[in-house]
Amino acid sequence: MNVTLFITCYNDTLFPATGKAVVAVLERLGHTVDFPQAQTCCGQMHYNTGYQNDARHMMMHFLKVFRDAEIVCVPSASCVAMMREHFPKMAAAMPDAAVGRDVTAMLPRVYEFCELLVDKLRSVDTGATFPHTVTLHSTCHSLRGTKIGERPLQLLRAVRGLSYVELPQADQCCGFGGTFSIKNADVSAALLSDKVRAILDTQAEVCTAVDNSCLMHIGGALSRQRAGVRCLHLAEILASTSGEPA
Amino acid sequence: MSVRVGKAAEAPTFAQAARGMLGNAQLRHNVRHATDVIRARRAHAVGETADWQQLRDSARAIKDHVLRHLDTYLEQFETACKAAGGKVHWARDADEANTAIVDIIRSHGGTEVIKVKTMTSDETGLNPALEAAGITPIETDLADLIIQLGADKPSHIVVPALHRNKAEIRRLFMEKMQLPELGERAEDLAGAARRYLRERFLRVPVGLSGANFAIAESGSLCVVESEGNGRMCLSLPKVLVSLVGIEKIIPTFGDLEVFLQLLGRSATGERMNPYNSIWSGVTAGDGPQEFHVVLLDNGRTGVLTEPETRPTLACIRCGACLNICPVYRQTGGHAYGSIYAGPIGAILTPQLQSMKHSQSLPFASTLCGACYEVCPVKIDIPEILLHLRNKVVKSGGAPLAERLAMRFAARAFKNGGRLESAQKLVRIAQKPYVHSGSIERLPGMLANWTQFRDLAAVPAESFRQWWAARQNKEKK
Repeated sequence: MNVTLFITCYNDTLFPATGKAVVAVLERLGHTVDFPQAQTCCGQMHYNTGYQNDARHMMMHFLKVFRDAEIVCVPSASCVAMMREHFPKMAAAMPDAAVGRDVTAMLPRVYEFCELLVDKLRSVDTGATFPHTVTLHSTCHSLRGTKIGERPLQLLRAVRGLSYVELPQADQCCGFGGTFSIKNADVSAALLSDKVRAILDTQAEVCTAVDNSCLMHIGGALSRQRAGVRCLHLAEILASTSGEPA
Repeated sequence: MSVRVGKAAEAPTFAQAARGMLGNAQLRHNVRHATDVIRARRAHAVGETADWQQLRDSARAIKDHVLRHLDTYLEQFETACKAAGGKVHWARDADEANTAIVDIIRSHGGTEVIKVKTMTSDETGLNPALEAAGITPIETDLADLIIQLGADKPSHIVVPALHRNKAEIRRLFMEKMQLPELGERAEDLAGAARRYLRERFLRVPVGLSGANFAIAESGSLCVVESEGNGRMCLSLPKVLVSLVGIEKIIPTFGDLEVFLQLLGRSATGERMNPYNSIWSGVTAGDGPQEFHVVLLDNGRTGVLTEPETRPTLACIRCGACLNICPVYRQTGGHAYGSIYAGPIGAILTPQLQSMKHSQSLPFASTLCGACYEVCPVKIDIPEILLHLRNKVVKSGGAPLAERLAMRFAARAFKNGGRLESAQKLVRIAQKPYVHSGSIERLPGMLANWTQFRDLAAVPAESFRQWWAARQNKEKK
């Protein structure tokens, strides 16, 4: 299948390894991957911080860039949630009814990475090997925004050598919340401290998730504490092989 | 007009207030423990209700309908209440409500009033107004009594003293009730409160309440509670005054069927509230012989005018959103600077004040979505938070550094080329701060990040550069 990658702005800038991993997994499974260089951002940061006018421009740009894509793969549950929850509302508020039609036509073709593998491509086993103890942070947008549910776990369970350990209080927010982490830094840190405690209690070597935004937050604290626990996007674990380990 | 929500207009920002709360280990332990207990109870009670989602849909449909026809239902309520022997007062704002209540109590020569279940009176600042008029308010809800005796503030809309534990309450009772001895068990504390309150229930001739529901067809009010102190307050005094927000209307008695199933389970995890008092006007020889309803607007009609924010008024004050909120769980209620704390407070408090105050509250959320999931009337709180954030930004309420950063980002996101240039710029700008691939200290606003977390440096090659290089290699 032809998969068009929306890598997301922060993966592109800060976590290119995640994008490379997505490409590796999809190509290993025999699919063709494309990356339109014109892509930028879904508008989530602006929209959630109150700059909805800016976010609208980003939505329009997104619709233009991905108009002809057969399947859009997004390795971020929160960006997918942004599109599904807010694109239709933003479009509905615009005078041009064509935008609404574009959004309606676009959304069924947008897949979060795990959704794509499990639902569309039916590839729960990605042929990965990752001989480590791993815990999974269920991000708020994977739980409530996109309802990805058990899919990340299904994918992890098929990884050779991987030992999965459940994270206690998995439904608790890590406290990132985008600009919340800056505007309400103390409260954000208090939430993060609970999350880090839960992760350390599992004795896992690696904490994974379907969103690098939460992982940047959690990983930032683990690094500050010199905790010796790695944060890795799920795609990087699924790309890992004994020849090229993550 | 003097619309106000207690002293919310003078409250510090959420971030400032929260900082103080986070340093109080006892408070945080109490809040965590209490919210964990109520959350688990709620989950159990909701789990055993097969038609929970349908109940939520029904409740929301009823509330939406009422809010669209509020004028009609309010007049219907007034007519029915008067026909049943009640007196109806309309209050546009806090001062009008307080004045009406003071006048009623004065007309009976009262110097004391027993109060129960009226958060709205905290909104209007009734207690200070009563005291200024020489009338002593006596809170009779156990938690409100604890708050009053401790000269404290409520921190939760259902469990106002949630931030206090048994040991703290015992010390407070011993001191304020002048008890030389008092046991440590919950029963001992309840017993002390009972003895203290019974005497007042029998002595004071004027009672003051709020209401959970106002039934338009019959002019009835409904108060639900757990202790029976409300029942005493509603039935023993000669005169009863009820302060009711105009959004508390439901059309018919039959509608209670939906709401009473939702409220108890959402609020305390009980299948039914232990005490459900419903009364209409006055009944000769039974209960209060004079009954007044004060219907309060205080900013509510303003909230009603916008379709985006209108669902805020559907709230039935169950507190489920507070108990589930990860932010509330850390800070407790005082950080919100308002009687209305937690997610619902974050949308209600600023709106009642026409967004002129409490502008930091819509940002006091990670948008995790848990509040929407548990709300028994399906208020999409995250969506309303976003709408209010947009209003704050549009009215120029965002900090300059943030506005500039957002503008920089918006320009970078115009097309791929600009994003690539911005990435290059950031790579140069970060140089002085990067040490072995990691950033531990950043200036300005970004210091709020590095204060608690490291930041991986922007790598030398972005994904788009890697992809472009790969494509070029393939072409060759």
